[in-house]
Amino acid sequence: MKSPHQRRAIVIGCSAGGLQALRTLLPELPPTYPLPILVVQHIPANSTGLHTTLLNHFCQLPILEANDKDPIRPGWVHFAPAGYHLLVEPNETIALSIDPKVNHSRPSIDLLFESAADVYQKGLIGVLLTGASQDGAQGLLKILHRGGITLVQDPKTAEAPLMPRFAIAIGAATKTLSLKEIGHTLKQLGADTRE
Amino acid sequence: MESPVDIQDLEIRLLLETMLHRYGYDFRNYTHASLKRRLLQCLAVCNITHISEAIPKIIHDRAFLDQLIYAMSVTVTECFRDPPFYRLLRERVIPLLATYPFINIWHAGCATGEEVYSMAILLQEEGLYNRVRIFATDINGKSLHQAKEGIYTIQNMEEYAQNYQESGGKASLPNYYHSKYDLARMHSSLKENIIFAAHNLATDNVFSETHLVMCRNVLIYFDQTLKNRALRLFDESLVHGGFLCLGTKESLSFSEISDRFTPVSQDLRIFQKKRGIR
Repeated sequence: MKSPHQRRAIVIGCSAGGLQALRTLLPELPPTYPLPILVVQHIPANSTGLHTTLLNHFCQLPILEANDKDPIRPGWVHFAPAGYHLLVEPNETIALSIDPKVNHSRPSIDLLFESAADVYQKGLIGVLLTGASQDGAQGLLKILHRGGITLVQDPKTAEAPLMPRFAIAIGAATKTLSLKEIGHTLKQLGADTRE
Repeated sequence: MESPVDIQDLEIRLLLETMLHRYGYDFRNYTHASLKRRLLQCLAVCNITHISEAIPKIIHDRAFLDQLIYAMSVTVTECFRDPPFYRLLRERVIPLLATYPFINIWHAGCATGEEVYSMAILLQEEGLYNRVRIFATDINGKSLHQAKEGIYTIQNMEEYAQNYQESGGKASLPNYYHSKYDLARMHSSLKENIIFAAHNLATDNVFSETHLVMCRNVLIYFDQTLKNRALRLFDESLVHGGFLCLGTKESLSFSEISDRFTPVSQDLRIFQKKRGIR
């Protein structure tokens, strides 16, 4: 049985259709949300960070594009910048990397999930959303193996069902939910953490 | 109680200590997540299951050590990476550098050299190259050798051509290399004033006074302690009014030298060392 105080962080991965999914999911979370959130969204290397500006308009939590060595803050949403992998260091700071692409992607969801699983262990909640890629599935499995919770968007509700479907196929999903349900679950896990 | 994760971290610590005490290579202050991933990848290629099995090989097999160092320190780079950065360098920094009779540039962590040649091209086009010396350094001997050769694939060069144009290039990138089959060899005139040399930011010291230091996307692989060490070296090496160029997601915030520099561009991470400081 997992006691509430063990929750330490949330990692989210998405690809095609990700912006719309995040626009539905992230505004669900209240301004006092106690957990840090790290997001890898597949975007072209020359993107200018417009998506974070846009999401800031719709969300109650501060959304920012990560810089190297940023401290990971409760209630903040840290996005991987275009062209960089986003990893979590043991001292709970962000490390960026320009290592080669993983699963044809930089940033790669697997790299975020795997490094975060090492640091937060069973305190980690992994969320995999819409996408036409296989990125994220292995990372999600590692989160599960480390004792964390994994939430996967129901492929039937995903703009691009391949990514969630692949994660479910390899047994990496604790729960398969709609975006609203994922939002509700995250809110509940956050509320439990605060008590 | 021990978990498998703790054992792996212990093995990594022992391996890094071995590299340090046997050969003097200090990777202890590299960022953990990337280092671990690279290490595991390299060992998997060598059919080594447990990290600790690599330790006796490191002690007795120099070639294996070199292979490991290559895997742990190689970085991906490209010509005219971040074109707006090179544009600003050309428009705002080069005119100020031109006021010096002779210019020393230190390119720290030059990897396979693509950005060194980018700088050489830029300086040639701005008419400064004949009074410049570029020290291009890296810890990685194999990368440094590739940098010195200056041979890249045509396919990559064709991709870089767009970067070059966007950076405000005055000619055409193919003017600067000879093509043969699918390879491109950089012109020897670009190499004339470049000195390629081994230098380790973790253990070596300053070797020259410089007017501009380029160190882009290297400090992301260092922890704050090692990053501070590297920044201290750059500060020590730079003349007053000299320039420091970092990667576009790297910052001087929270570093020991942040109050000794003013931003030329905060977004593009070009900083100038203040005048009149000690």
